[in-house]
Amino acid sequence: MSRFTSILGADRRRMLSAVGAETVGELIASIPAGSRLERALDLPEAASELELVREAEALASANSAASLVCFAGAGSYDHFIPSAIDHILLRSEFYTAYTPYQAEVSQGTLQCIFEYQTMIARLTGLDCANASMYDGASAAAEAALMAIRATRRNRVAVSASINPRYLEVIRTYLAQGGFSMETVPWLPDGLVDYDAARGALAESAALIVQQPDFHGVVQDLRAAASLAHAAGALLISVTDPVAAAVLESPGAAGADIAVGEGQSMGVPMSFGGPFVGFMACRKELVRNMPGRIIGRTEDKAGQTGYVLTLQTREQHIRREKATSNICSNEALMALANTIYLSLAGESGFKEISLQCLSRASYLEGILSALPGVRRPFAAPFYREFVLEYPVEAAAIVREAARHGYLAGVPVPSLGPRALLTSVTEKRTKAEMDGLRDAIAGICREVK
Amino acid sequence: MSEGTIFTKSRCGRKGIDLPALDVPPVDPAAVFGAGSLRSAPAGLPEVSEAQAVRHFVNLSSKNYHVDKGMYPLGSCTMKYNPKMNEDLARLPGFTGLHPLAPEELCGGALQLMDELGRFLCEITGFEGISLQPAAGAHGELTGLLLIRNWHLERGDTARVEILMPDSAHGTNPASCTLAGFRTVNVKSNSRGEVDIDDLRAKAGPATAGLMLTNPNTLGIFESGIEEITRIVHDAGGLCYMDGANMNAMLGIARPGDMGFDVCHLNLHKTFSAPHGGGGPGSGPVACRDFLARYLPDPVVTRTGDGGPAMTRPERSFGRLLAFHGHFGVLVRAWAYIRTLGAAGLREASETALLNANYLKARLRDTYDVPYNDGPCMHEFVISGERQARAGVKTLDIAKRLLDYGFHAPTVYFPMIVHESMMIEPTETESLESLDAFVEAMLSIAREIDAKPHLVTDAPVNTPVLRLDEVRAVKELEIVEKWENS
Repeated sequence: MSRFTSILGADRRRMLSAVGAETVGELIASIPAGSRLERALDLPEAASELELVREAEALASANSAASLVCFAGAGSYDHFIPSAIDHILLRSEFYTAYTPYQAEVSQGTLQCIFEYQTMIARLTGLDCANASMYDGASAAAEAALMAIRATRRNRVAVSASINPRYLEVIRTYLAQGGFSMETVPWLPDGLVDYDAARGALAESAALIVQQPDFHGVVQDLRAAASLAHAAGALLISVTDPVAAAVLESPGAAGADIAVGEGQSMGVPMSFGGPFVGFMACRKELVRNMPGRIIGRTEDKAGQTGYVLTLQTREQHIRREKATSNICSNEALMALANTIYLSLAGESGFKEISLQCLSRASYLEGILSALPGVRRPFAAPFYREFVLEYPVEAAAIVREAARHGYLAGVPVPSLGPRALLTSVTEKRTKAEMDGLRDAIAGICREVK
Repeated sequence: MSEGTIFTKSRCGRKGIDLPALDVPPVDPAAVFGAGSLRSAPAGLPEVSEAQAVRHFVNLSSKNYHVDKGMYPLGSCTMKYNPKMNEDLARLPGFTGLHPLAPEELCGGALQLMDELGRFLCEITGFEGISLQPAAGAHGELTGLLLIRNWHLERGDTARVEILMPDSAHGTNPASCTLAGFRTVNVKSNSRGEVDIDDLRAKAGPATAGLMLTNPNTLGIFESGIEEITRIVHDAGGLCYMDGANMNAMLGIARPGDMGFDVCHLNLHKTFSAPHGGGGPGSGPVACRDFLARYLPDPVVTRTGDGGPAMTRPERSFGRLLAFHGHFGVLVRAWAYIRTLGAAGLREASETALLNANYLKARLRDTYDVPYNDGPCMHEFVISGERQARAGVKTLDIAKRLLDYGFHAPTVYFPMIVHESMMIEPTETESLESLDAFVEAMLSIAREIDAKPHLVTDAPVNTPVLRLDEVRAVKELEIVEKWENS
């Protein structure tokens, strides 16, 4: 008997007798003989807790990249995570609870999500937000479908400078529904070519722009908004929440929908998941929004309480006519975001953002001063930037790892020598100087 | 007592974090981007100390029911115990600190774990190909349907636009069909609660892309005609998808691959013990036959020539459904669960889940109606509150009264083919004592309905709030806290 079950032999006999069966085997009599597995599953021997801890620790320590000083970004960022977050996430009351369908015994989860929705709406400068999506990429794809529903047009225009993985997720979601996508190129300085966008926007449901974009470049969202609106399309901003603490909010810049990745706000990188997508929109669009939404109400005695609301958009009510098939979301990660933003607060979150900006600016300055290194784009960047090196980007990543650094993520679409490097508030001047020295050496040796 | 929101506790100047001093020159964002590019309004985030934030969230947590506190008889949700060790393992710094785009040769442990888990899940389902990318069950459904769609399209079979599914299907099934570009065609259930084979035969044809079926179905009944069902769909030129939400009934007992299915998803946050987290994150890996594996989303983990696992893009991949490789942290928990139980332990878990469910059904069947009660159930069963409804007490009332007794409610009003339905799934991790206590609560509620029905219709009364006004929530639609800047 495993340590997770409690039914003893004597219990089993009593229970079988209540059921009116002789053996547990009788309970599976309805399974046709041809569908029954007549052998044991071929799996490794059961491991004790102690053995398994040793085995998992060995696997974890075989991930040498986890101990490198991380300058990689591209959608996953190495921010500091205050201890208080995990202490709260590890409360059984939160992590072992089910979806809050029984509101009277789920007020903790429900109020936290209400606070989360409020923070996301305020941060994005929009009226409302949902309870979370799987990640930033799937949130962007769902936003595209939402715009298609809202405008009854069946194509979208997407800036080619959004994260290429996001682009592929959007393309995948759209293609299957029979919708099409057109990409909008960028200009030599890194800004979206809005003249080219004009053509792509005709009859489009939305224009999708990332802020800052995949190359780290800060885009002109206001121009994107007026262009999209003039064509009768919505503007969807794929928003970095950390940059949004300082840059104009997507809502104030004119975006109709803002989506993005919440991993930067208290969620570890964990090899890419679980992350958490956020989605916010103008109030006119709320009924087209996918996913769970929490609303405030009162109980029979007039006490404030929270419930799942606008459920007639969702799959368990509307079935094939639902706004999305999403059911499980990223509730616990959204809670991590809520705690993170509560701890950081208005001034702390802005300070984190400004530290990212200042540190990234310092690193870009010392790296681009190296011989043969240049930044391909003239437009300003926020917390990550692309540089072209005299040697291949993959070689820099490989060799810098020997010095203890994860130097960045190669960007093959900009050529073999382009590397995207990202800086968070965790990176010290000493680490950045160290990376510079390592890369200087690599450029000399590899050449 | 209602707890004010975190915003009501905010006072300008408090903070819950501190940062190292900036050791590089500060950059003025207005100088770089122009003042017009900066935020014109504050972000409206609360300003509280760490002590206040912790107290706020701990106080809120105390208003939640959770599986570490008591039983969740939620049908089709498999609310089993979440092993503590798995939380620690998923939090090992060698896992949490790993960037998803780090060079693969420096991520060998993570890739090995993914490769092993993929092999375990293929063995458990009887399939050859697997994607660990889907983020949840519904995401897995979409993935599986896209495999089916792309297989037909590559064969030039563009007329296959319909997915057959029973009327008892979970709501995500038809919603996923729409998202995948298919049309849903409902198949009737017969008097035993199983797929009506004649109706299936009549509806399967040249427009059939496939069948989507939960097995055991949402009544907790194994489809005894499964081999004929899958044959009919295959003969019509379609493929068969199994919704694996109820896989906890069959570990080591039966495999979808052996029943004629071509593809299925698994819910790691149900069957494989990962916690529900108050609604997520989940994880919904998709396993499939060899001939479908070439369409799986990018990337999959495979063994390379020199034996080490690596990430590759399948030859005819239909694309990508998540930015990165899947919910790795959830994969670690499922891997640890399978390694802890082994083959015998997994089978024992399912057998105990069946025994627990059948025991509850036997103890409740004299007091509550049990439709479709021809034989033993699998891991769950559905009772009907119709007898109680005739006495003026609805299933919703019974569900709310259970909260007063310290239990979570069952899944109610689903499946929709049963009136006043309550779908009960105890899972294998409940002890006989807790099963008996649940039975006593259900019998006591039935007695209350006879003697003092208002106790049930007024319930709950022992919860942090009383019954909530859902109509008002929709009408007023207050989904964010108002503030002066909004």
